[in-house]
Amino acid sequence: MTTAAFRAFAPFTLLGVLTIVVMLLIAARRDHRFTALSTIIGLSLCCVVLFFSAPDSPVPVTPLFIVDGTALFYAGLVFGSALIVAIISYAYLASSGHPVCEEYYLLLLTATLGAAVLPESVNFASFFLGIEVLSISLLGLIAYASPRQGAAEAGTKYLVLSGAASAFLLFGMALIYAELGTMSFARIGVEAHTGDPADLYRLVGVAMILTGVGFKLSLVPFHMWTPDVYEGAPAPITAFIAVVSKIAVFSVILRYFNLAGNHADTSLRLGLSAVAILSMLGGNLLALLQNNVKRLLAYSSIAHLGYLLVGFLAADSLGNRAVAYYLAAYAVTTLGAFGIIALLSAPGKGRDADKIEDYRGLFHTQPFLAGALTLALLSLAGMPPTMGFIGKFYLVAAGVGGRLFWPVVALVVGSVIGLYYYLRVLVAMAMPVEHIPVRRTAVPLFGKAVIAALLVLLVTLGVYPAPAIALIRVTVGQG
Amino acid sequence: MILLWLLAVPAVGGALAWGAGAAHPHWSRWISIVVLSLDLLLALSLISPATSSSHPAWIASFERPWIPQLGISFELDLDGLSLVLILLTLALSLISVVISWTEITERVGLFHANLLWTTTGVIGVFLALDLFLFFFFWELMLVPMYFLIALWGHENRFYAAIKFFLFTQGSGLIMLVAILVLVFIHQHTTGHLTFDYLALLGTKMNSTTAFWLMLGFFIAFAVKLPAVPFHTWLPDAHTEAPTAGSVLLAGILLKTGAYGLLRFVVPLFPDAAHAFAPVAMTLAVIGILYGALLAFGQNDMKRLVAYSSISHMGFILLGVFAWNSLALDGVVVQMLAHGVSTGALFILVGALQERIHTRDMRFMGGLWASLPRLSAFGMFFAIASLGLPGLGNFIGEFLILLGSFHVSVIFTVFAAGGLVAAAAYSLLLVQRAFHGRVGSFPDGTRLFDLTTPHLVVMTVLTLSIVGLGLYPQPVFYQVAPGLSVLQRSGQASTGPRARVAEQPS
Repeated sequence: MTTAAFRAFAPFTLLGVLTIVVMLLIAARRDHRFTALSTIIGLSLCCVVLFFSAPDSPVPVTPLFIVDGTALFYAGLVFGSALIVAIISYAYLASSGHPVCEEYYLLLLTATLGAAVLPESVNFASFFLGIEVLSISLLGLIAYASPRQGAAEAGTKYLVLSGAASAFLLFGMALIYAELGTMSFARIGVEAHTGDPADLYRLVGVAMILTGVGFKLSLVPFHMWTPDVYEGAPAPITAFIAVVSKIAVFSVILRYFNLAGNHADTSLRLGLSAVAILSMLGGNLLALLQNNVKRLLAYSSIAHLGYLLVGFLAADSLGNRAVAYYLAAYAVTTLGAFGIIALLSAPGKGRDADKIEDYRGLFHTQPFLAGALTLALLSLAGMPPTMGFIGKFYLVAAGVGGRLFWPVVALVVGSVIGLYYYLRVLVAMAMPVEHIPVRRTAVPLFGKAVIAALLVLLVTLGVYPAPAIALIRVTVGQG
Repeated sequence: MILLWLLAVPAVGGALAWGAGAAHPHWSRWISIVVLSLDLLLALSLISPATSSSHPAWIASFERPWIPQLGISFELDLDGLSLVLILLTLALSLISVVISWTEITERVGLFHANLLWTTTGVIGVFLALDLFLFFFFWELMLVPMYFLIALWGHENRFYAAIKFFLFTQGSGLIMLVAILVLVFIHQHTTGHLTFDYLALLGTKMNSTTAFWLMLGFFIAFAVKLPAVPFHTWLPDAHTEAPTAGSVLLAGILLKTGAYGLLRFVVPLFPDAAHAFAPVAMTLAVIGILYGALLAFGQNDMKRLVAYSSISHMGFILLGVFAWNSLALDGVVVQMLAHGVSTGALFILVGALQERIHTRDMRFMGGLWASLPRLSAFGMFFAIASLGLPGLGNFIGEFLILLGSFHVSVIFTVFAAGGLVAAAAYSLLLVQRAFHGRVGSFPDGTRLFDLTTPHLVVMTVLTLSIVGLGLYPQPVFYQVAPGLSVLQRSGQASTGPRARVAEQPS
């Protein structure tokens, strides 16, 4: 490993070291506040170090990783999102009165580590390792701190389905390795290019990888676990699944497709278009039926991943940039939405504040959080002046530029359907309150501060997105 | 720079009004009044002194890079057409604040914030000449309007608000796709990625593409206008909105649809629009007659006015697709006159509802005896709305019919039938509400005549509709250069309309 490679990889090494340090700290002294604080500081440090590895990029680090602009951009999103999840988690757990919650942060760090190595992966080995580290840590987190109903159910469901997904993934990788004799993405691209284009083993392999990835990204028809897990997991972890794991997995599959040249396979593109359309329509239609905000956001996240596939299918630099911007917008918005749910919840009470009735009259009882949730929902619906608006515009532009007729139609139809259920939540919040809701949790000030920071980002980059787009051009634009 | 102020003043004012509402409701009302008056003064200062139509088309411009990577700039331009519509917007917003003084008592700060932000969005729509910026404002104005209906509306407000939002947002996204296709075609032919309206004018494309793109834009604006068959959101939204919301919707938001047709649909796709004109004019005539017919059948006074709006907006659609100087002048006057007269009618219905707690005309009757001032104004604006000569609506409808006569006699004949129908429903409204036996008013009725603020508002509106009817020439002078620029770019390369357009106004 050269010095440059070492420097470039520093943020990820640091995260690994941090995990061990936090583990030792917990062994030395069980103290919730102390553990949370060291996690938060550590993750902020990782974000900072990221900037120092930028000048060395792009640089390959062992055959497994490459640290380039794309990797740094997505890793930055992963670190930033994990940091916000950690802060919100502290507010959430502190109000639960749960005696033992230090390991939660340990699992959060390992999950982040798994997610953070995915954007750099250029090899099946690192791809699979990252996904497994992420999934196994999430399993613990989903079922964590559970007088909540459904925590065990959600955990078990995730265990079984995630295991099945990993099996598909592994089998797909094995097929490709058996056929082409390499696990490096770039080599696969070269071999596939020189070999038979309609190579059945390779195509089946990619299809199986996509099946596994489809589970992780909760795309229709692999989405069945999503609402149950979103509902059963603690709200901050739901945010983590919805944001961090999606960003990480999406970035790695994006890189795989670009390097292995799978965009050239018409049958794969056809299948992916179908998956995209089904996700956009299915996610939005199923969300209409929900009375639980977490489930509603689960279905909406299915639809959003479908939207992202439009940018993915465009498969040009415009599409890549659109995906990058949309993922950033999606991260900020979704973290905000689930953050608010987490802040309103009192986990000791057995369930999170996730029924639509819990939000009735929120404008009267918690005007700030209601206003924040309004902006987050408008952003999810793609309305100005938020990042979601620019993001959706970008994706439609990529779709139109890539001549993807049906996916763009589905995007438009899906957005209109989506608007309806986001507005339903808004309407509930605006309803007059006949009785003061039973649960009026005192919301910690720093929790509100995090939400406020996300909102500033949401609106600033929604009104003036040029800096974000410039950053994406510098980083993702290269790859 | 002044254009930026025009936008910034109500936007910031909205935030101020919201904050001040927490201290005392009156503060946010006064802040709104001050802010809107200030903005109105700014807009008035832009009126060009020329008493002939020989001033330059663009009165003021403002341009800054916004998202340079995507060829998007923050480009505002003002011509006479935009100016006239902005003046109407600000005047009606100011009036909305005044008439909400006693009607809105809950969350007053937020109400005025939403009102001012709607105004901001609409002004932005009238100013933006970058297609992305236009779309941004187009979507932006929906959100506060949605809240105005959903939070302060009547019984069925949530349904109406969501319906309004879904219709406009859905059609807006179709327009977005059309905008993007247009931009990519332009980039493909010139190698230059831009959303600038002036650059995109005259983009070469084959006629099939042009037709579909034109249709994408047309649907968005036809929904907003609204034209049959996209009108179903309007009766609900108007009926359930608070009075100020109805005034804004009818007076201003509908005009953004008409403005879009004038500014974008025909100039960007002249040939396609020309080919489409018979269809659009058929829809217009259907709208005129169907709206009038439905207005005739309503018991709810607000719904009656709402359906009459559909009928009046049909004339605008007819005039736009006739596309000659006479018809376009008529369209402008019709927009202004409809904004004023329908706004006034909604205010009167709102005032009635405040007094007798119903809008159902079956419970009304004989109001003239107890509410002479309200009833007199009611009759005046009902008559204005039916197009009595000497009042603004007459000029608009007459010029539109005159202009469309050059293009198609058949359509004009049928459209003129709408005037007869308008007389029927307007007089019926007057008859049922103000004359006849004294109605059986519901409990809690407090009959008191219009108070001073309402009187002032109604007097101003009366004077403006009379002024517009007797001496519309200043308006023509203001809009003439802008309209002739539009007409030049919107001229179809073939067809009889090209010849008619040559005639001086």
